[in-house]
This record gives sequence, C-alpha cells and structure tokens, in this order.
Amino acid sequence: MEYSEKVLDHFMKPRNMGEIPDADASGTVGNPICGDIMKMDLKIENNIIVDAKFKTFGCGSAIATSSMATELIIGKTTDEALDITNQAVAEALDGLPKVKMHCSVLAEQAVKKALEQYYLSHDMMTAERQAKFKILGQNGHD
Amino acid sequence: MDKTLEQRIQEAPKLPRVYFDHAATTAPRQEVTDLLLSVLRDNYGNPSSFYKEGHQAARILEEARASIAGGLGVLPEEIFFTSCGTESDNWAIKGAARARQGRGRHLITSTIEHHAVLHTMEALEKEGFEVTYLEVDDQGLVDPRAVQSAIRPDTILVSIMMANNEIGTLEPVGKIGAICRKANVIFHSDAVQVLGALPVRPRDLNCDLMSFSGHKLYAPKGIGLLYKRKGLRIERLLDGGAQERRQRGGTENVAYAAALAKAFELSLIGMESESKRQTALRDRLIKAVIESVPHTKLNGHPEERLPNNANFSFEFIEGESILLLLDSLGYACSSGSACTSASLDPSHVLLAIGMPAEIAHGSLRVTIGRETGEEEIDRFLVDIPLVIERLREMSPLYADYSKGKLKALIPPQGGVDVKIRDGYGLE
Repeated sequence: MEYSEKVLDHFMKPRNMGEIPDADASGTVGNPICGDIMKMDLKIENNIIVDAKFKTFGCGSAIATSSMATELIIGKTTDEALDITNQAVAEALDGLPKVKMHCSVLAEQAVKKALEQYYLSHDMMTAERQAKFKILGQNGHD
Repeated sequence: MDKTLEQRIQEAPKLPRVYFDHAATTAPRQEVTDLLLSVLRDNYGNPSSFYKEGHQAARILEEARASIAGGLGVLPEEIFFTSCGTESDNWAIKGAARARQGRGRHLITSTIEHHAVLHTMEALEKEGFEVTYLEVDDQGLVDPRAVQSAIRPDTILVSIMMANNEIGTLEPVGKIGAICRKANVIFHSDAVQVLGALPVRPRDLNCDLMSFSGHKLYAPKGIGLLYKRKGLRIERLLDGGAQERRQRGGTENVAYAAALAKAFELSLIGMESESKRQTALRDRLIKAVIESVPHTKLNGHPEERLPNNANFSFEFIEGESILLLLDSLGYACSSGSACTSASLDPSHVLLAIGMPAEIAHGSLRVTIGRETGEEEIDRFLVDIPLVIERLREMSPLYADYSKGKLKALIPPQGGVDVKIRDGYGLE
C-alpha cells in the first residue's frame, strides 16, 4: 500500500490546519476507537465559505483528505460545498488505496456536519438540502 | 538553534536510512548471502538423487541440520526444515492436535500469540477442537498458574510463544514447559523472535515442539525450522516424498538451509555481549523517549523483554502518521495501528494487554539490530519529539486536552509501567 505523491504532499504540508476561534459552523466526526477524528471549522459570509480549518487525529490519508477538503470548499457557496463528494476528494488527491477510502468518507462527513449546523442555526434547512446529509448516518468503516 | 521538522526532513535524504524494524525482518549478512549464492550455483543437486551432485547436496543439508541441532542442544533428527515460521506453527499445532485427538480435543494458547498460531487455532476450532485463550497481564505475561488451571483431562496441547513480536515480552516458557511435561501435555512454543538474539534450549524448557524462522536472524526469507522432540509423533502437513525423514514432503531448500545454519552459527558468536549491547541501547532509547515526549508509555514488560524491542504509546495521535513522518526522516519502524493493517482493528496484542483502542492506535514499535549503534539512537532522539509534536498540533484530541476538555489517559511524565484502565468514554 503506497500513497500518491499528492496524498504525501498534503500529509507533509497540510493546508488550512488549525482552528477558527469564531467559526460560523463546526463539525466533528469519527471516533478515537476507530482511530480517526476530524474536526472542521468554517467561516461563512453571505453563504460563501471564506475560510476553513481542520484538525485531524488519524492516519496519513485522514490528514491528507481533511487538508484537500478544505482546499476544495474554500471560496465555494455552502450549497456548492454540499455537493462535494468523497470521491471528488479522493480524485483530487490522485486516488487513495482501497482500504483508505473510508478516510475520504470521513472528510465529506466532516464538511457536511459543519454545514448541517450552519443550515440549522440559520434556519436554512430545506427538504432538498436535507436529502444531501444522508452520508452523516453512514459508518465509513462498513 | 535547534532544527525544525521541515529542516530535518529536507536533510534526511542525504543521511543513511535507519532500519528499526528487525522484528519484521532482517538484512541477510554478507557471509550468509555469499554461502547461499555459492550453494545455489555450485550445489544445485537434489539431496534425494543417487549420484555425486545429489550426495553433495544431501551432505550440505545434513551439515546444516547438525550445526543447528548443536546450537540448540538437540539431536539432528529433531530438526526439520520448513518454508517459514508460519509453516512451522501450522505443522506443529495441527500435526500434534490431529495426532492426539483420540486422547482429547482441548488446546490452550494465549491471546497475544502471532496470527500464525491464533489463526491455526481458529482453523482447528472449525474441525471441532476446543481452544482456551489465556489472557495476559498488562505487561503481556502469561501466568504459568493459569496454564496449570486451564489444563483438563482432555487437553492435548499448549502453545505459548517464547517472546512476543510486538511488545517484546519474554514469556515464562520454562515454567510452562515443566507444567505441561508433568501433565503429559504437548508443549509448543513459537520462538521466532528469540532465535539468534538469546540462547534457546528446547530441552531445558521442556518444549516438545518449537518454531523458528530464518529471516529474523539475518538469514533470508523462505526458510524456517521446526524442532520436534524425538519420539513425539505428529501428523504431516505436507504429504509428498520421503524428505525430512518422511515428515515433510517437498524437495529440500538446500541453499537456504545452509544459509540459515550459517546465520545461526554467526549469531552464537558473541551472543551474550551482543544481547547486552542491544539491551543497553534499548534501555537508553526507552528512557530518553519517555523523558523527551510527554504522555508516552512503554508497552510490554520493562525488564522481561527482547533485547532489541521498544514499543511505545504516544497519546492523542495515530500510529500510521508517525510511521509516515519517520519514513520521510529516514527511519523504518512499525506500528500496531489499525491503519497500518488491512483490517481496521488495532493490534490484538495491544488490546489484549488492556489498552483502550484510542491508545493502541498511537503505538510505535522500534526494533534495533546488530547494525544499530549509538548514532542511530542519538539521531532518532532528535527526531521523535518533533514528529510527535507535529502530529499533536494537528490532533483535535490534543486540542481538547489542552483546553481542559479531555483528561489524558497517560500522565504527562509517562513511564514504563503506566496502567490504563479506561478509554476517553467518547462516542
């Protein structure tokens, strides 16, 4: 099992690592027993994600997918970010080893968990948006 | 000023690689590969053939067998060549269980055995055998009294490893062997990690069966050994020709057998001083890592452990990311983290010594070897605090701990005998 250059690059030089103290939305997914936790903080202005920061406890691909996910969502509207799938994160990293695909699921979940909080707290959750949060109920390890 | 992690990573390609995974495999010694190649080239005959080339090959094979037997203090006819340690474990356990099933179908082992033993036991359970898995204490020791009380009238075999491959704990196999001998139960021990590192005397340990592997003692992969006490009958695993006293079919791997014998001979020269040297390096490493990295504990027994093994748990971080950063800094190490295995479970050994999964994920195994010197340890001691610090900066668990939202499971000062009772209790 070997990682792509891009995965290693994002692992060694993670983008947007840290926390946003006055985040507009924040989501934490995973659990320490499974060996991965991701926390995603978002700064949102006029429904546009102007900043995103993560902290991750996990393996190389968990850290790389978190890093890549922040790059993919910064500058996007919340609705655009909602459409970013785990496959998109994995593809942006030139692929992940098969046993590591659950890490990309976790990255999608972390973004969605934060967006869910945002929509709910701003009373913006619609049925159409709600349908896009199904992944939060999934266990990435299955 | 001290160098940053980035500077150290940049410099690493100019420095020699540091191999710290001798429990996984070792680099064959020059003398061993020289002999291996010369036998492959010049003595290609089949030992079963009835002409000069065959006789020559047979002689090399029997010399190798006699040399190994001498080093173990056993008879040459008690030594069988196999393809690897896993085959030896399979053969010993399945062979003994099937041969003795008329007397009973109960087997005893421990929860921290190598998968070569545990999965063999599971296979036998499917055949109708019953297996008792003895628990170990938090340093990985099997209690001989627990073996004693687990033995029943229908117990036919006990299999307890001589040393654990992950945490390095040396098991009280001498005491367990004596108990088994008294109870007339076959005793098998997987001694793969011990051969070449410490003296192994199957007879003194009352061992009936013992498994070994070449590539852990600077011989190549693809050759293993089974010691089988004379007079003990077990079933064959490989049916075939009349090789290995009709006990294991298959043309003998003459060159590799000779290479293994050579590696074993070399290991016996100065073994005591080499094991003392490695023990001193190991203890220095353990002490310094625990002192320089907060929230770090040693896994396994502080004294009853292999001379070359150090196994740490670093709280708040995950093992595979430790390995990746160490790799980029020039080190080859291993971890019990789930993420380094195809399964997503952390090491069964770390869980068996009572470690919560969240701590087991953050383990690092460093196994030194004959080519390890003080300078490798010095270099590692510069890098490891940088690696752990970097990963903790990224960890949401460490952030929560720093904010007082999470209680540390390993105290800041760490130690060689930190007891961990529970996990974080997070969901």
